[in-house]
Amino acid sequence: MKIGQGLKMAMKSIMASKMRSFLTMLGIIIGVSSVITLVGIGQGTSKRVTEQVQSLGTNLLTVNILGRGDTSTLTYEQALALADIEGVEYAAPFSSNNASVKYGTTSVTVNVVGTNADYFFLRGYEMAAGRFVAQIDLDFRQKIAVLGASTAEDLFGFADPVGEYVRINGTRYKVVGLLAEKGSSAMGSYDEIVIIPLTTAERTFRSKGVRNVYIQAESIDRLDAVQEEVEAKLAVIFRNKENAYRVFNQEDMLETVASVTGTLSLALGGIAGISLLVGGIGIMNIMLVSVTERTREIGIRKAIGAKKRDILVQFLIEAVTISALGGLLGVGLGFTGGSAASALIRIDVVHSGDMIALALGFSVLIGVVFGIYPANKAANLKPIDALRYE
Amino acid sequence: MDGRREHPLIRVEQVSKEYVMGGEVLKALDGVSLTIGYGEFVAIIGPSGSGKSTLMNILGCLDTPTSGKYWLEGEEVSRLRDNRLAEIRNRKIGFIFQSFNLLPKLTALENVELPLIYRGMRGGERRERAMEALRKVGLADRTHHRPSELSGGQQQRVAIARALAGNPPILLGDEPTGALDTKTGMEVLQLMRELNREGHTIILITHDLDVARQANRIVRIADGVLHEGDGAA
Repeated sequence: MKIGQGLKMAMKSIMASKMRSFLTMLGIIIGVSSVITLVGIGQGTSKRVTEQVQSLGTNLLTVNILGRGDTSTLTYEQALALADIEGVEYAAPFSSNNASVKYGTTSVTVNVVGTNADYFFLRGYEMAAGRFVAQIDLDFRQKIAVLGASTAEDLFGFADPVGEYVRINGTRYKVVGLLAEKGSSAMGSYDEIVIIPLTTAERTFRSKGVRNVYIQAESIDRLDAVQEEVEAKLAVIFRNKENAYRVFNQEDMLETVASVTGTLSLALGGIAGISLLVGGIGIMNIMLVSVTERTREIGIRKAIGAKKRDILVQFLIEAVTISALGGLLGVGLGFTGGSAASALIRIDVVHSGDMIALALGFSVLIGVVFGIYPANKAANLKPIDALRYE
Repeated sequence: MDGRREHPLIRVEQVSKEYVMGGEVLKALDGVSLTIGYGEFVAIIGPSGSGKSTLMNILGCLDTPTSGKYWLEGEEVSRLRDNRLAEIRNRKIGFIFQSFNLLPKLTALENVELPLIYRGMRGGERRERAMEALRKVGLADRTHHRPSELSGGQQQRVAIARALAGNPPILLGDEPTGALDTKTGMEVLQLMRELNREGHTIILITHDLDVARQANRIVRIADGVLHEGDGAA
């Protein structure tokens, strides 16, 4: 018997009991569509985070001082020395503290960053009004502040904050600039921020030194050289304490992000995979019932010359057709579900061809795995017993 | 053609079939010997429980005997494997059952095509042969009807067409008129006589003497033993 003939027979028998076939397929439909949707969401999230990380500039180094023993920070001078390394374009040491910022009677708790002028370029900010922190502000420990867009709105509403005074942990600061809105990233909002000179921050928060430095290399080619040099300098400062500091480049960051989102996709896919498995068990169940119901048909077919293999192939094709059809419908539903999800909760959904092929292949495989037992049972019926069956 | 005539169509020698039921051995057939030549019209008659169904299952290669030998066109078939038996059923035997045993979801034409499908015949030739068989039984105008849309007599004629389609040397009828009224039953028997006249070998299994009388040769079976005798005598 040819495969084409078997397919025709299978379609006939599937169409003969549409409701039952549909219900049998439902398990596979739900399984495949959830695989497609969930993995699509996972990949979309991963892509978005990756893009955000890349938008920070791929030639960016992040130095974190974790601290150990007596030296747990870099002094401002030590941090600036990193800027002198050949190939460094910008270097922004910064300290970051949560503090209450008050204007009149309005008060917000916000991330107050003490840094230098390079921070502006490193983070890709733009000014909406006024100016950014300048080197001279650091030199003279000026009490000036630059507000992020959201923070300015929280404190001043739609009034112009430039020239006004705010209190940061009780100290008066003059607002000299307003940052343009930039949005948020996986690392938090760019707009809920107050930026002050690093030297002023050391006094206000009574903390000497910095724990973080952003360094940008002139080009991606120089990144490795710069990173080596930075690590060499840090090794001198923190002698024999290699765990006291970390230097990340964006690539490390991307790897971390990829491993997190990979785990996420795997977990989502795993859950969906279990529902596919349950769908497969449903197919086996119905196929077993179908074999019993069609015992007489099997007997007739065998009497007029169907071999074991013919019956096996017939029932196997039927199971595979059901699961493959369910898989196709599931892919369709998964696309619909994915675009619905991206429209409703504003997340990116990325469908990859690999994933669709995998889901379809897996549903066919499930048809084979869960169809083989019922098909074998049918093929092994003895013709005289099957003919006698009422 | 003549080569195959060296052997009788069917030769059964000392065939026995035993069933074990609740620890007791039941002899359904006890040393049956029978020879049937090409072109014969044989009726095997016996009451229920006489072993005639067992004999028909063995003659039709649906079952194998416990002991004894069975040559079909000179080939020993009593010890063959399932797959080979399926092939023999497909090529050499056309079954006509009491309850027609058509597949309800297929049309008359598709039912008749079925044995040819298992033979691996191509679509065009298959349809032609099936149409030819349906024409032979006078149902050329009913090809796209399902069994449920046909009368009992028509259904049995479709079944006969299915048996004929593969052009097997033997037509094996198991009470082919059992589910039909007397008049339609006679029409079906008439058709079988015509087929016999055209050269088909026909073996009828029945408990009805009137049916058996249509045959040229009557073999009686009782308690698993065959008696060859002359008709009503």
